[in-house]
Amino acid sequence: MRRILILGTGTGGTPVANRLRRALAPDDASIVCVDRDDDHLYQPGLLYVPFGRRTLPSLTRSRRAQLHHGVDFVLGEVDAVDLEGRAVRLADGTSLDYDYLVVAAGASLAPDETEGLTGPGWMERVFTFYSAEGAAALADAFAAFNGGRLVVAVLDTLIKCPVAPLEFTFLAEDALRRRGVRDHVEITYVTPLDGAFTQPIASARLGGLLAERGVELVSSFPTASVDGAAGRIESYDGRRVAFDLAVVVPAHDGPGFVTRSPGLGDALGFIPVDESTLQLPGHPEVFALGDATGLSTSKAGSVAHFESEVVVENLVATFDGRPPLARFDGHTNCFLELGHGEALLIDFNRDVEPLPGHYPGPVGLPLLAPSRLDHLGKLAFESLYWHALLPGHSIPGVASPMPTRGKRLSMLRHPAYAGGPT
Amino acid sequence: MTTSTLAGVAVERDAEGFLADPSLWSEAMATEIAREEGVELTPRHWEVVRFMRHAYETTGAGPNVRLLAKTSGVSVRELYALFPRGPAKTAAKIAGIPKPHGCI
Ligand SMILES: Cc1cc2nc3c(=O)[nH]c(=O)nc-3n(C[C@H](O)[C@H](O)[C@H](O)COP(=O)(O)OP(=O)(O)OC[C@H]3O[C@@H](n4cnc5c(N)ncnc54)[C@H](O)[C@@H]3O)c2cc1C
Repeated sequence: MRRILILGTGTGGTPVANRLRRALAPDDASIVCVDRDDDHLYQPGLLYVPFGRRTLPSLTRSRRAQLHHGVDFVLGEVDAVDLEGRAVRLADGTSLDYDYLVVAAGASLAPDETEGLTGPGWMERVFTFYSAEGAAALADAFAAFNGGRLVVAVLDTLIKCPVAPLEFTFLAEDALRRRGVRDHVEITYVTPLDGAFTQPIASARLGGLLAERGVELVSSFPTASVDGAAGRIESYDGRRVAFDLAVVVPAHDGPGFVTRSPGLGDALGFIPVDESTLQLPGHPEVFALGDATGLSTSKAGSVAHFESEVVVENLVATFDGRPPLARFDGHTNCFLELGHGEALLIDFNRDVEPLPGHYPGPVGLPLLAPSRLDHLGKLAFESLYWHALLPGHSIPGVASPMPTRGKRLSMLRHPAYAGGPT
Repeated sequence: MTTSTLAGVAVERDAEGFLADPSLWSEAMATEIAREEGVELTPRHWEVVRFMRHAYETTGAGPNVRLLAKTSGVSVRELYALFPRGPAKTAAKIAGIPKPHGCI
């Protein structure tokens, strides 16, 4: 009997455990999931909490209850991984041996990395909706905000769900308009990127939508410090943006235990697995997926989901003594809320940037265009998350390799875009 | 990709000016690329550029700015003072290595 240990029982770890349980006989493999708590939060739902549209309890379910029969769940804080000894130490001193290890421990927020951010004004006029506490605290402040300067600031390039701060901005604009105070609020979107988003076609479209909603875009702004008392953020090149209410996305690190585990990851805690097989170089028995990897792929739930299929296939192959043949292509898929009852869907991979068209084929959801259907898709996704993604069921048309049918690939050859980013 | 001559050697470079083949790089090329970027290389710049080069040779990728600061001991603030147009990206370009992940 061999043991598979899965660290982190969230978006990525849960479907890996459930799919492995179906693929491997109970007599051959024991599957053990570890997490520090039993509260599985549907993170995309945090976006609605500041607007009073959702509450934390309605977004949270038991982690254990999402695991199939035959998967063990251990409640504990991972302290370190001993790659050579093939063992994981928990904070309470327990040691868990493994034959195969899957790290799905996500990213952690690192607000202390930005000077002044957690100083005066933090959680009073400077908030983040990226944590449960932050989103709940922001709900009170936003409800009382009826005039002044609202600044949404992205503090680093390496963040999970890079579309979420744009979504927040669109929803805030919509909420203020409905409340009848839009004319009393200036909204500014501050980003270190050179446009609204990373990739040229999507960036141009989203930049246009911000302008339509009267949101000022401040780009190429690498934030050095946030001064909550003075109501000001400052960049490394000395530019300043003033605010009355700031909503920030702090820098992210990998899981803290990675930096205490020699050979597992880099100094920020991200794990440099092979971008195709998702195995740790030199350790074919170790896999990582989701926000904890050091891959150039976006950090998103959809990515963790697509990667879970690849990890399971390759782990089962390795388990059976076959070569790991499944390949991850960097497929990412995000619904972006625009307010006004509309959303926009983007779908891309390592080689093909987000393009207009339809997903997953010519008859499907519109891509890169505001649509009511995509908004309904975003809302429907929550139910799919609990009932299909976490159990590890396949959803027709939604699979790991990115579909190209339905996409306007010809745009990639258009002279305005040829040669990549301009 | 375009071909240009750096320090007397014909090299391929991508749209942003990164070398297509890091093995062709030399310190003389670094000085020329730095000049294009508006950077005059001081000994402190060289420390960072050599660090980037070394990181690439040992890990296969150049670090992004926070990882660079954490591993090199040069603070993010000083890195921006040295390479105002984006430290990891500019230092990687000067070091002749690919653009690090999570860089603009
Ligand atoms: C506001 C917001 C909106 C988002 N919207 C979207 C969206 O619309 N679409 C989308 O695709 N993605 C979205 N995401 C991103 C998505 O939630 C994440 O990318 C996804 O959850 C990553 O999955 P994961 O398995 O890597 O990590 P997680 O799901 O975060 O799971 C990691 C788990 O590891 C556990 N853990 C960590 N360290 C330890 C330790 N030391 N000991 C024990 N346990 C540990 C944690 O408790 C956690 O349960 C959003 C995220 C946020 C914050």
